[in-house]
Amino acid sequence: MSEAVAVHGVAEANDTPLTPESWGKLGMWLFLAGDAMSFGCLIVGYGILRHASTKWPVPAQVLGINLTAFMTFLLIVSSVWMVLALAAIQDGNKAKFNKFLGLTILGGAMFLGCQAYEWTHLLQHRLPELNIFFSTNLFATTFFVLTGFHGLHVTGGVIYNTCVLAAVNRGRYQAKHVEIAGLYWHFVDLVWILIFTFVYLI
Amino acid sequence: MSSTAHAQNNYIKIFIILSVLTVVEVSITFLGLPKMLLVSLLVIFAVWKAALVALHFMHLKFEKKTLTIVALAPFVLCVFLVLMLMPDIFPH
Repeated sequence: MSEAVAVHGVAEANDTPLTPESWGKLGMWLFLAGDAMSFGCLIVGYGILRHASTKWPVPAQVLGINLTAFMTFLLIVSSVWMVLALAAIQDGNKAKFNKFLGLTILGGAMFLGCQAYEWTHLLQHRLPELNIFFSTNLFATTFFVLTGFHGLHVTGGVIYNTCVLAAVNRGRYQAKHVEIAGLYWHFVDLVWILIFTFVYLI
Repeated sequence: MSSTAHAQNNYIKIFIILSVLTVVEVSITFLGLPKMLLVSLLVIFAVWKAALVALHFMHLKFEKKTLTIVALAPFVLCVFLVLMLMPDIFPH
């Protein structure tokens, strides 16, 4: 990064749309834009099905939002740890970086644990009580597809971040790689903010 | 990047705003507001939070315009998606 700045100058690197040092970031943004379309289609589809349905349960009453509000908080905190990890490695502080990226991964893993608990509880107790079955009920189908697709992204993010942590410690990855991994992780957080609102609160 | 200390303070500030917005979002669902008002408020808060994450955590505010254009493309396409599905949403 410092070599690139020395060659191009900081101002120029910010003005030029495409420079070799920004290709990785651009690639991740293009991927995220495509991924956002997948989520966009699912959310729009969910909205249309819900709008067209004559009876739709109040989500908060079926799902409960205490645990999910905590999960939202977990992902936001995890995102903050990620930016702190990036700031640490940009300062060259390896120990601090390890701590914060470790915490980021832990936050993601805890989120997945909460989601596994939530799904188990819903499938085994809550939904059967209400006579809602995910194979025949649109509310349940859209819920599991949306949160499941997001959960897969979190799983991918936890694995990705773990690989980044290992690669940095083996000296193969630098700050710019961490920044790209961070983009993915914040995107997962951003999508959850939308899902939490659209699927649980509205 | 040169002012990391300043950026870190900013991160904590954004974190606090995001947490407060989440608490507000959850709280207003218990107020028994009219449906339309509640939905509008929740959408505004959600988009506000998403924008904060994109602008500050994903550094869009400090990046080249190209990346902002890439990031906005899916939202434009989703609007088109909704428009094209209008006949299904409001049949006759």
